[in-house]
Amino acid sequence: MTVDSSAIAATAGGSLLPLAILVPALGVLLSFLIGGRRAEWIALGLMPLEFAVAVAIACLVWRSGQPLVYTLAGYAPPLGIALRADGFSAVMLLTAGLIAPAAALYARTNFATPPETEKRAPLVFWTLLQGIHAALSLVFLGGDLFNLYVGLELLTFAAVPLGSLDGRPETVAAALRYLLFALFGSVFYLLGVALLYGAYGTLDIALLAPLVRPEPAVWLAAGLITAGLLAKTALFPLHLWLPPAHANAPAAASAVLSGLVVKGSFFLVVRLWFDVLAALPGVIPGTILAGLGSAAILFGSVLALRQARLKLLIAYSTVAQIGYLFMMFPLASGPWAADAFSGGVMQAISHAFAKAAMFLSAGLVAESLGHDRIAGLDGAARAMPVTFLALGLGGLSLMGLPPSGGFVAKWLLMKASIASGQWLWAIVMAAGGLLAGGYLYRVLAPALSGESPALKKAPARSRESIALALALVALLLAFAPPSFFAFLQIGRPAAGLALQ
Amino acid sequence: MTSATLAGLVGAALVGLGLYGLIANPQPLRKILAFNLMGSGVFLVFGIVARKGAGAGLQADPVPQAMVITGIVVAFAASALAVALVLRLFEAAGRATLNPDGWTEPPGDGAGAE
Repeated sequence: MTVDSSAIAATAGGSLLPLAILVPALGVLLSFLIGGRRAEWIALGLMPLEFAVAVAIACLVWRSGQPLVYTLAGYAPPLGIALRADGFSAVMLLTAGLIAPAAALYARTNFATPPETEKRAPLVFWTLLQGIHAALSLVFLGGDLFNLYVGLELLTFAAVPLGSLDGRPETVAAALRYLLFALFGSVFYLLGVALLYGAYGTLDIALLAPLVRPEPAVWLAAGLITAGLLAKTALFPLHLWLPPAHANAPAAASAVLSGLVVKGSFFLVVRLWFDVLAALPGVIPGTILAGLGSAAILFGSVLALRQARLKLLIAYSTVAQIGYLFMMFPLASGPWAADAFSGGVMQAISHAFAKAAMFLSAGLVAESLGHDRIAGLDGAARAMPVTFLALGLGGLSLMGLPPSGGFVAKWLLMKASIASGQWLWAIVMAAGGLLAGGYLYRVLAPALSGESPALKKAPARSRESIALALALVALLLAFAPPSFFAFLQIGRPAAGLALQ
Repeated sequence: MTSATLAGLVGAALVGLGLYGLIANPQPLRKILAFNLMGSGVFLVFGIVARKGAGAGLQADPVPQAMVITGIVVAFAASALAVALVLRLFEAAGRATLNPDGWTEPPGDGAGAE
């Protein structure tokens, strides 16, 4: 395998890539400079532009059938830093470009700019939301492992305080625990990067991939980087920080944290094993990752069944759904590799939309009833049918019932695991689907029966529609045409992990 | 044993000590210090990589030094954020511990305070 010269030279249209990072970053700076009263409008005003850039990048990748490349200041790697967008990056940029505005529109009620005095919570919320968007774009586009480290850290620093905006002790403690796990992850990631640089003298992904050989320094670096990323992705057993941090955050923040932020570090695990370390024999590490994923599916689902609060239940279901993401790794070599890759990516996107819809709905439930105890949900679906429709449709995707993006994801992964003879993963995924059905039944069955309770205030129609729209996107992903899966393969080495 | 090997071993030992502290110490402030210890170990390893000229075969390589500087900035920002959260926790709860006596009921959506 030699260096593909097209991977380090800038392509036409590549100058869109820095825009995807700079526009939200500009929003962060403007929000600080011009002041808190206008942060909301800066964020909302720039979001259509950010989405347009994501669409333009996806169109260009689609049209050329090649990854887009941009070299910063015109210096090609190894001297300079490259930004690259392949099919997977483009799809993740679009996902972030849709979910961030949905969460922002929903949050306008909770974080409205006060008419008189400047308040801290709205300013911080709107600034950090744009910070998360900028960091995610950097993570999805970065072509250099150290540059990706900076993106990963920006993502952590923007995400951690978002969960603790109300300043209650339990949310601050949850944010602190999240930060400590994330810092553990950063140091491991950075140490792995140092070892890789020491071994090969470059950190550019395209230049590194052909140099990598299965030798001790590389295995150690791979283990350190993966462990660090798993701590940030909250894969079992490093998930302990996630449920309190996501469940106690304001609903709009939970949607972004659960839907998008954990996908950022997952994206880098895929980059690492599929692009940087494609030359390593991937069966044993893939089996370890999928084993942890299986444990996450079973453990997260069972704990979700035992929760007393709706938002904690949804947070534990995130722990379980993250497990499915890692099922793609042992299946990534062989004729079924494309199915496994598409399944993993589909799971990342459909979970992002479904979980954002569910957290936004759960926020509406908590605001309308004044609590989110599952025992007190009797008849609530009669009082707010649209909210529970969004919750239920999101749940459909989590269970993996057709028609939903979750169904397509789990179907592709199960198909790949059966085709490769690795039956165990298919059994775990089926069991996870049944358990997901169980914990959703616990919420939906009482909500659909009994007397309609008195609401403190009915949920606003516009906010219900946002949650419903996200759930419908998760549903519509079931109808993704074959060309969508071909799009995901753009920029992928044809053999995947199959080089051993 | 060359000085480079010695420094590399010291870096590895710092990472190990820091990791132990991060996991074993219950107090958040000590965890933050342990994180900084781990960070110093990693920077030392980066320094050795620079001294050895990395894989490029140079006399001395400036790139890892630039990375260490960036890493120090990031670690400083992380420590500042963590200390700010510890202080905030102490103000809100009267003590800075990661084990609260159980979650209280959330008031509505949890937004709006401050």
